[in-house]
Amino acid sequence: MGEGKRSIWVFGDYRNYFQNRVTLQLISRASDLAKAIDATVCVTVFGHGVDEWVWEYTCHGARKIYVCDHEKLKFYSNDIYLHLMEKLVREHRPEILLVGATAFGREFAPRLAKRLKTGLTADCIGLDIGEDGLLVQTAPAFGGNMLTKIVTPVKRPQMATVRPGTFQEIPHDNDAVAEIVRVPLPDDLPEDRVTLVSSVRQPERVQKLEDAAVVVCGGRGMGSRKKFRNLYELARILGGEVGATRPVVYSKWADEEALVGQADKHISPRVLISFGISGAIQHTAGIRDAGFIIAVNKNPHATMMKMADVAIVADANQVCTALIKELRKRIRS
Amino acid sequence: MREAPPESGRNHDALEAALVKMIVCMKQVPMVSELPWDRKTGLLKREAAEGMMNPACKSALEAALRIKEGHGGHITAITMGPPMAAEILHEALSMGADRCLLVSDPRMAGADTMATSAVLARAIETFCSDFDLVLCGCHTSDSETAQVGPQMGEELGISSIASVDDLKLTGRRLRVERVSDHFLETLEMDLPGLVTVTTAHYTPRYIPMAGLQDAFREPSILTAGAHDLGMDEAELGLEGSPTRILEVFSSTAGKQNVVLAGTPRKIVEELFERFDDAIGSVIRKDLKAVK
Ligand SMILES: Cc1cc2nc3c(=O)[nH]c(=O)nc-3n(C[C@H](O)[C@H](O)[C@H](O)COP(=O)(O)OP(=O)(O)OC[C@H]3O[C@@H](n4cnc5c(N)ncnc54)[C@H](O)[C@@H]3O)c2cc1C
Repeated sequence: MGEGKRSIWVFGDYRNYFQNRVTLQLISRASDLAKAIDATVCVTVFGHGVDEWVWEYTCHGARKIYVCDHEKLKFYSNDIYLHLMEKLVREHRPEILLVGATAFGREFAPRLAKRLKTGLTADCIGLDIGEDGLLVQTAPAFGGNMLTKIVTPVKRPQMATVRPGTFQEIPHDNDAVAEIVRVPLPDDLPEDRVTLVSSVRQPERVQKLEDAAVVVCGGRGMGSRKKFRNLYELARILGGEVGATRPVVYSKWADEEALVGQADKHISPRVLISFGISGAIQHTAGIRDAGFIIAVNKNPHATMMKMADVAIVADANQVCTALIKELRKRIRS
Repeated sequence: MREAPPESGRNHDALEAALVKMIVCMKQVPMVSELPWDRKTGLLKREAAEGMMNPACKSALEAALRIKEGHGGHITAITMGPPMAAEILHEALSMGADRCLLVSDPRMAGADTMATSAVLARAIETFCSDFDLVLCGCHTSDSETAQVGPQMGEELGISSIASVDDLKLTGRRLRVERVSDHFLETLEMDLPGLVTVTTAHYTPRYIPMAGLQDAFREPSILTAGAHDLGMDEAELGLEGSPTRILEVFSSTAGKQNVVLAGTPRKIVEELFERFDDAIGSVIRKDLKAVK
């Protein structure tokens, strides 16, 4: 296994730092895993003028950082970064390699895995070390109704991508130290086959629904546009947002903006109250990160009811009205 | 990889050569929300579910059709799956694909993205090695890994761009737009290349029922097994997959699933009696009833 001690690597993805702290979260998880297999947590940083990130990753728990700092690495590029990363991995043979599931990471990681001929698990929600020392990767399957535990028994490194927000970062520690390894730009750097014509930062999208701690979600079972309006009052009292299923949006009971589901919005409220929703996979794919779930449905056998912490068998609109009434009473007091 | 056009039928071939030769890779995904799993192997019992063309793959086909309409082109739709997956190829034909290939072999079952991308790339090299552009859906609704497209690009050794919303072809130069980590990017690459397409801009055309029925009558679907691709066991299915599934379990395991029934008023009272903390702690309000 290469030189001496084993290592766990994290790809340093610093673009959009203020929204994207996934690298710090991965360093934190890698530190826990490293204890279990006695390994060193290493981070790679590619770019131009990246000392800021080297420092940041040190303070958040990286113990060794491979830095390649050069003008040619100024822009995120798959062709170039893949070449560099493949070289480094082949040289140092890490046991585990973690990549944030950002847009870049989701393209970079599978291509790297292909070049290294190793396995990759996408969007892990759990990473643990099993009894045999293998990385046990827990990932949603089939849109999130099921979870799978996956291992890569033989090939190395064991690779996984993780969505931002899955793990907690280690608090900033100014006294932390890391070994910094300066990597020269390889002589055989390939031409980038893809030309970046322009890259324009998008105005910050307001992600009210995605970030809400409480979401009240309504489906066709709400019955009518008028009854659906009731949900807005409930959401207001709870300080939350309103989400909807596709039929609701098609019937114009709610705006397109409210649509929750696989291709649209993924929400992760700590409390989700779901009214008159059957629980079709295209919808539940968008709510798999919800915490405490209350579902109201006339049909006790609806899929949504099986996913709930509390399944209320009743008319959706009547329960909504009763909730509003009861909350007003309790909150006023 | 590019082959010179054969000597015979020059005019026809010159015309052919000007066409953009496109390949659209597509997957059949289950339409139902509750799929049976084989508890022992941890694999989906796909044969038990009704299938449809994965939405992003359909957008990829739509993108190819628009290039064909604008520039002239030829589209081959390819899927790897059980024999039943031929359904989506018929659908592709009715939408305007010119030819279809079903890659099917029982030994391919259980393939992860590494093995799947290897098989698809080999199918392309075997049956349409003179392609210009490969289009795939950016991800599938049943597994969402988004890995197969980029891995195929690697396997074929061509340039690739993932998750594009829009594409425009000028000569042999492809310009794409995509949103990547809060940046609106415009990128260009030369053909041959591979893109994976999102559902953002390419809303698939509507196919009337009659068209679909006609497509089912056409016998224009090629079928290939592992043997036809010259692949052996070690590259296929579970054998060719570096990952192993240890266990599959319901993500609702661990949910309390308390069932409440009765009159709405009683239900709501009980809800707050038992779960006032779970709700109150999030909205930062004390929800205990005043006595
Ligand atoms: C390609 C594709 C993509 C899709 N993407 C999305 C997506 O992103 N988001 C999305 O939401 N959907 C999406 N869908 C649609 C999805 O498949 C379902 O059709 C949809 O989620 C169902 O919405 P629903 O639960 O509101 O309606 P229904 O499935 O009709 O369910 C209504 C529920 O309300 C209950 N009910 C009825 N009356 C009452 C009452 N009085 N009180 C209490 N309960 C009652 C019923 O028992 C039932 O369970 C997509 C579909 C496809 C094919």
